[in-house]
Amino acid sequence: MAGPDAPAFADAPSLSDADAALVEDLLSGSHRALARVITKIESRTPGYRAIVSALHEHTGGADVIGVTGSPGAGKSTLVDKLAAAYRERGDTVGVIAVDPSSPYTGGAVLGDRIRMGSNVGDMDVFFRSMSARGQLGGLSTATADAVKALDAFGKDVVVLETVGAGQNEVDVVRTADTVAVLVQPGSGDDVQTLKAGILEIGDVFVVNKADMDGAQRTVAELEEMVHRREGGTTGRGAGHHGAASMASTEGGGSAGSHHDAGHSADSESGESDARDADADDSWTPEVLETVANTGEGVEGLIETFDAHAAYLRESGEIETTERRRYAEEIRTLVRADVGALATAEIERRGGIDRLAERVRDRETDPYAVAEAIVGPIADCVEEAADGDRDD
Amino acid sequence: MSAEQQERAVRCLVAKVGLDGHDRGAHVIARAFRDAGFEVVYSGLHRAPEDIVQAAVQEDVDVLGISILSGAHNTLVPKVIEGLKEYDAFDDTLVLVGGIIPDEDEDDLKELGVAEVFGPGTPMEETIEFIRNNVPERA
Repeated sequence: MAGPDAPAFADAPSLSDADAALVEDLLSGSHRALARVITKIESRTPGYRAIVSALHEHTGGADVIGVTGSPGAGKSTLVDKLAAAYRERGDTVGVIAVDPSSPYTGGAVLGDRIRMGSNVGDMDVFFRSMSARGQLGGLSTATADAVKALDAFGKDVVVLETVGAGQNEVDVVRTADTVAVLVQPGSGDDVQTLKAGILEIGDVFVVNKADMDGAQRTVAELEEMVHRREGGTTGRGAGHHGAASMASTEGGGSAGSHHDAGHSADSESGESDARDADADDSWTPEVLETVANTGEGVEGLIETFDAHAAYLRESGEIETTERRRYAEEIRTLVRADVGALATAEIERRGGIDRLAERVRDRETDPYAVAEAIVGPIADCVEEAADGDRDD
Repeated sequence: MSAEQQERAVRCLVAKVGLDGHDRGAHVIARAFRDAGFEVVYSGLHRAPEDIVQAAVQEDVDVLGISILSGAHNTLVPKVIEGLKEYDAFDDTLVLVGGIIPDEDEDDLKELGVAEVFGPGTPMEETIEFIRNNVPERA
């Protein structure tokens, strides 16, 4: 937190003239510039950091909604209908759809666009496909930066769509303000698999294809699961190994899961919205039904998104969420950059294979190698810190 | 300063424009492009030229491959190219046309700005090689 002693960050990466013009164009509404900026973000083009840096002060205006769920749950179709409904009430929309890429060739077929039938020709829906190729700084960094570009461009709503398949994807939707988890009716097993990490991040659960057999049962199972997770303020965190372990994998341990964080931020928002205000003021995830094909239930879903956004604002949880998110971004960036320094140093010392061979020959050991590589970096940091104190 | 390396895959939009409903060829192409390491956005069937322009601009593709089997290429392709120009996206997009195009039309299309026309039976490698050699340099 910025205290009186906090150092000033005069070190923002500097923009090249061409990139400054690009940022200018983006802010003044050029679709081409927006598309180009996202490409630079996605491909880590040199200079992209300065661009995102410059955009940051213009962000914060958009509601960011994450949509995740298993393949075939109807995410793309629902996102299409959501975008159309937002447009109907006059909001502009940005969509980032993440598709898996082949781990072998790096190639990908990004097919979500096929489902965007309701919004073709409407430039106020900016739809962008991204492939989940091996992003060095993490896929979630690239998508979060792309969301910033759409936000700075002036989109009212940004939807982030991803297959809920693994930690990477979970990290992606966790950068959204409101997370909707789509579930397909039919098998209780589906709901079972959700327990493995995704259930904890949902603010809204959507049983899509609700006209199919078994939808009611799926709704009931989800309701039960949501309320079990509710079950008493204190028991909630304890009962969920998933929540705790998820937060600690990447977050360095200090960032609670979405809802645990909510508890620390409980405040005076009694009248926040239309939910049954049973126990405390925290958000109880809602279970909704939709039929994305026909658009049924989409209105209600948007109302729930709005209610959640209002809850975040009125309870003050938005501040906690944002701080947690930015803390995560900083950590990820710093880790990636320091890691890159170390990788370069390993190269200078003959490459990882040679070092490993020396360890195998018992000439040295992994701890000694790590010390030799990181030691000089640590010295530099300390020296710089001393310099700062002398000022 | 960042030591992150650049990760740039060739991005292609495989577009079906107009009324013809045959997209097996487009599917085969999309898969071959993917296997070549490209990122492929597929438009879906029955798109209007302005839809294709919207997709090409928003997705910021390097390559736009238009598949037309209906014979309407002389009306549809110029509209797409006009649209790209309108959004200032024509100069750095490699526009290809695939399908059944009579020889005399091929010259007209190239005149308009289509980089190459690939007829039936073109080996996939040839198309992929052409893209690799001609994909526009990005700043």
